Amino acid sequence: MAPVTARNIFKKFDDVLAVNGMSLTVPDGEFMVLLGPSGCGKTTFLRIVCGLERQTSGDLIIGGNLVNDIPPRARGVAMMFQSYGLYPHYTVRNNIAFPLKTQHVSRGEIDKKVNWAASLLGISHLLDRRPRQLSGGERQRVALARALVREPTALLLDEPLSNLDAKMRASARQDIRQFQQRVGITTIYVTHDQVEAMGMGDRIAVIDHGRIRQVGTPVEIYEDPADRFVATFVGTPPMNLVARNGGYLGFRPENFLPKEMINGSDAAEFSFRVDRSEYLGSERIVYGVLDGFNPAEVIAAKLPPAHVAEESIRPGEWHRFAVRRGALRYFDANGKRAMSH
Amino acid sequence: MRRAVLNAASDGAFYGAVAIFVVLTAFPFYWMLITSLKSNPDLYNVANTPFWFNETPTLEHFRYLFEQTLFARWLLNSLIIGLCVVAITLAAAVPAGYSLARMTGRNGEALGIGIFLTYLVPPTLLFLPLSRVVASLGLQNSMWSLVLVYPTFTIPFCTWLLMGFFKAMPVEIEEAAIVDGCSLFGAFVRMVLPLSIPAILTVVIFTFTLTLQEFVYALTFISTSAQKPVTLGVATDLVRGDIFFWGEIMAGALIASIPVAIAYNLFLDRFISGITGGAVK
Ligand SMILES: Nc1ncnc2c1ncn2[C@@H]1O[C@H](COP(=O)(O)OP(=O)(O)OP(=O)(O)O)[C@@H](O)[C@H]1O
Ligand SMILES: [Mg+2]
Repeated sequence: MAPVTARNIFKKFDDVLAVNGMSLTVPDGEFMVLLGPSGCGKTTFLRIVCGLERQTSGDLIIGGNLVNDIPPRARGVAMMFQSYGLYPHYTVRNNIAFPLKTQHVSRGEIDKKVNWAASLLGISHLLDRRPRQLSGGERQRVALARALVREPTALLLDEPLSNLDAKMRASARQDIRQFQQRVGITTIYVTHDQVEAMGMGDRIAVIDHGRIRQVGTPVEIYEDPADRFVATFVGTPPMNLVARNGGYLGFRPENFLPKEMINGSDAAEFSFRVDRSEYLGSERIVYGVLDGFNPAEVIAAKLPPAHVAEESIRPGEWHRFAVRRGALRYFDANGKRAMSH
Repeated sequence: MRRAVLNAASDGAFYGAVAIFVVLTAFPFYWMLITSLKSNPDLYNVANTPFWFNETPTLEHFRYLFEQTLFARWLLNSLIIGLCVVAITLAAAVPAGYSLARMTGRNGEALGIGIFLTYLVPPTLLFLPLSRVVASLGLQNSMWSLVLVYPTFTIPFCTWLLMGFFKAMPVEIEEAAIVDGCSLFGAFVRMVLPLSIPAILTVVIFTFTLTLQEFVYALTFISTSAQKPVTLGVATDLVRGDIFFWGEIMAGALIASIPVAIAYNLFLDRFISGITGGAVK
């Protein structure tokens, strides 16, 4: 258990700059989520942290030691691979036991820990099978058990839940988080699922094209996105952005409300033409355009509960909508967060 | 009705094609077998039908082979040469194939192809320079010269073969082992080697077959009967002038081909089937 610090890490593959100057500090015991679109360099960064890949430049510090030239086995981190990397010629039991065997842990201790990890992930009945006799989700849990079974300096998880069904994913999310909090292990968790990121992370690092766009708590990321990328990557639907005064004006769909819902005068008002309406059970989302703005900028509004079931706001109609001033976000011409414009 | 006829016709065509191949490949063995069991009068009478026994079969040729020639010695020589060459080939080709597959990046591909190309240089060109090497090592007329020479063509081919196999093996397995506390070499021994058993067996059988059937080098480097491998012994010592000891030649060829046939049929299929399944998504 140790803090992990990356200082200005670059990684270049031939002509691809996979990691483009990432600096990140994960304090001891923190659950850090790396969130970003496919191909943004998340896996590459994890591979650098665990030592499978050597960074082109930059420093990596684990537990206060500079580990640039330390081989993976001496770094003591555990990693769960995006594609699992199970040992096909070992049983599930031996797969999970392997990291302990290389540390020369005693037999009794190994048995105890393997059984503990297996029951934590609900795979106790699979211990004598081989990986090829497992379903995708079961393989994923074996890989996870193998990463959890020893006490690593840091735990790296590369999209560990992507193959589970929705129900199992929710419970695994909880299990991982509980385990992490109980053991207090420094964790870097890679995902491109923002629900996972928001729900699990102590902090989230949003990554795009090999760069960290913002690091912050889920609330900071959601409420105060540092730039247009973060604003539009997080949230379903994402933050609405319209061009104004050479910059951009942003507001979340749930803050874009029928005018009569907003009491007090400190609000920005718009004429909103509804084009499309989506009923999602617990909520209704309508899409349309704003009068006086570029009609290519599609605006989403998440309607409050009162409007969900009854269709009081229908496609083709014009309505007065408003956003409280406090909920408005400004971005400059380069997409960076600004205080106003 | 029409459909049934069509089905029968396509079945017929399929089995017909298979039958042709079966006859084509099995015929030499059949020929070897009956020839080795025919008595000499039966063999050399032009009036007899050659496809079946005209007189009672005999084991005379086998007896002659083992009692009147050095056939047993040749078999032993072939076995020793084969085992040594297999060991040398494995020792060189496994690490070489692995390094080419994993550690040399883009240049590895070109290097691998280059290595494979050396396999294509015909022995008829190579035996001249190699005979100098053999002579300077004092190995002329000794079967150990073959142990030295055969790896020059088995190693390139097997390196290339193994390279392809290692490339197809998911690298995550080794990486997981490395993160789980193995050194690179440890991951190689504990993960790569056990998972490569099918490929390694292929290499063993291939190498052994290749050394068993090799003729040109053996012919040029060895003249003493006691040093000959079985292919050379059968072909040279059983042809005196223009007399071919057909019965003995066929008996020798049959015995030499049996172990190879067994190896191919028993081991290969069994080991190649799905050892690597389930490692990755
Ligand atoms: N070994 C490699 N050689 C060349 N390019 C690579 C290599 N590994 C990754 N890349 C490139 O680096 C970039 C980042 O890849 P990476 O695997 O880190 O993305 P990721 O964020 O994990 O994506 P995903 O969410 O799809 O897993 C990609 O453009 C990829 O093509
Ligand atoms: Mg990835």
